[in-house]
Amino acid sequence: MTIQMFFQHLANAISLGSIYALIAIGYTMVYGILNLINFAHGDIFTFSMYFAFYAVTLFLFPWWAAFIFAIVLTTLLGATIERVAYRPLRKANAPKISGLITAIGVSFFLQNFAIVVFGGRAKSFNPQLGVYPTQFAQVLTFGDVRIPLLTFIIIGASILALLVLVWIVYRTKAGMAMRAVSKDVTAAKLMGINTDRTISQTFMLGSALAAVGGILWAMKYPQIYPYTGMIPGLKAFIAAVVGGIGSIPGAMLGGFILGVAEIMIVAFLPALAGYRDAIAYIILIIILLVKPNGLLGVEIGEKV
Amino acid sequence: MEKTLSFKTKFFLTIFFILAIFLLLLTANNKASDYLILILNLMAINIIFAVSLTFINGITGIFSLGHVGFIAIGAYVSSILTLSPAQKEISFLIKPLIYPLNVIQIPFLPAIIIAGLVAAAFGYLVAAPSLRLIGDYLAIATLGLGEVVRVIANNTWSITNGALGLKSIPQYSNLWWTWGFALITVVFISSLVKSSYGRALKAIREDPVAAKSMGINVFSHQVVTFVIGSFFAGVGGALWAHLITTIDPKSFMFQKTFEILIMVVIGGLGSISGAIIGASLYTVGLEFLRVLEEPISIGPIYIPGIPGMRMVVLSLILIIIMLFWRRGIMGRNEITWDGIYKLITKLKNKSSMREDE
Repeated sequence: MTIQMFFQHLANAISLGSIYALIAIGYTMVYGILNLINFAHGDIFTFSMYFAFYAVTLFLFPWWAAFIFAIVLTTLLGATIERVAYRPLRKANAPKISGLITAIGVSFFLQNFAIVVFGGRAKSFNPQLGVYPTQFAQVLTFGDVRIPLLTFIIIGASILALLVLVWIVYRTKAGMAMRAVSKDVTAAKLMGINTDRTISQTFMLGSALAAVGGILWAMKYPQIYPYTGMIPGLKAFIAAVVGGIGSIPGAMLGGFILGVAEIMIVAFLPALAGYRDAIAYIILIIILLVKPNGLLGVEIGEKV
Repeated sequence: MEKTLSFKTKFFLTIFFILAIFLLLLTANNKASDYLILILNLMAINIIFAVSLTFINGITGIFSLGHVGFIAIGAYVSSILTLSPAQKEISFLIKPLIYPLNVIQIPFLPAIIIAGLVAAAFGYLVAAPSLRLIGDYLAIATLGLGEVVRVIANNTWSITNGALGLKSIPQYSNLWWTWGFALITVVFISSLVKSSYGRALKAIREDPVAAKSMGINVFSHQVVTFVIGSFFAGVGGALWAHLITTIDPKSFMFQKTFEILIMVVIGGLGSISGAIIGASLYTVGLEFLRVLEEPISIGPIYIPGIPGMRMVVLSLILIIIMLFWRRGIMGRNEITWDGIYKLITKLKNKSSMREDE
């Protein structure tokens, strides 16, 4: 492998890793606040792509307006799911396993709903349809290294989204409430925090990040079908666990580790290309065996 | 003290019940349409899947989402073992099947047993590392293992024929095989659950730490549960492959585990009879829901068939059950002869009381 190829793969790996990081943060925030694996997160990610696609092709929005429209709609979708499926369970003090099964049910529902409404056939998210500017597809040359502009756009947009998130979580009142609720729901309630509203806001924030990730993913891999979000969703969840679930820096780290490992292993050992989807799980199992709480996770003692 | 039935009565009732099922199957085998027989076969196989999953998830409390992986292993192993060498040569287009598998052909029964054993061996291999995890971590790790099996099946062309899958698998599964194995599964697992071993498993489900302090070896119990569950999943997978006669890695997506989980949850997580009811209702219900995907015309209104509608309704049912009826049909209770007897006497008393009034 030449050094040029290495840099090309690295750029690709970082862009994939940053999308994983965006989705992983959504997972980690919801998990941190509710202790619930929101299995539907990957499908929320799928829906954002469809929203953007139809906004351009059906409603003839310009691409940037379509993206904003998709992010807003996805955010609302996240809030609705929380309101309809998860809040009643929380109110009933349901056991954890019911939450997990409900989340699986919601994911199953969204996938099949997408088949019914959008059809099972794949939609093409290519720039010719006007879903994003054709200039994005141009290739930049740095010496011998040729990297598509899109790679930089993905990395830049992800960094921007992450900065906004960090600002919300660490600099605003709502963010402070989120951190308080994730530490201790009862204590937060006693301090006068509207926990329902905070949990809803967390869902909305997580879904908005999934939407940004979804749009970037669709630009990178321009095919949308009802199951698109499943595999990246699962991998992002694994990234969140690898990094230590509940930790935002952990989710970012996990996302990058997974993105880089996946691209680099396939690049260096092309014979393993077919096993690409299994790499994430193998990394997960190895890391959990060494550090059961993930890389940046906090030790939780066994409750007696 | 409540009046209960004697052991002898219960024994005879059980024998009668099994005979009744036997007669029903005999009639079905001779009279019923192919479609009905297919549904009955699927029902039995789903019972095997649901009971083995409820043994792992509901009785022992190991929330495993990798069941489909073991089903896939069972299906592949028995299909490769029973296909004729000539058929194998035709099927394996891209890479030939490796020696000795390409010349072996064995009868159905040993193939099923071997399929179960291979699935159990895999269960043993993965149980040790993954059972060190708890709760959600375990769920996601087992989900990953199921996916890894699928990815491997998709890539090992010289064993599984990769993405092309296996075709023309001999259709050995019939009502006797499927219901026979369903009966074995139910009897084996329910007697295990009733034993002191089963009580230890339930103790682990309720509180692993307390169970450990009572001297139960939590880890080894969980491993054994996992291995037994995998064995029956493998057996079910073998029967399934020989019913539908063609398998490929896409048949073993994560959604299959979903479906089995739905059956278990409908019946009541932690109840063997619940799992049986859930599996039966699911299989039959899925056929009834086909109506939703067919074109309907009510007078002048014509609604074209909507593919996928069935699954939308099904997932809604799952969510609604979880929200409003979390314990499912049976909760953690079992149907027993004593229970039925008590119910009958209760109903009798009620009606005689009414006559008195």
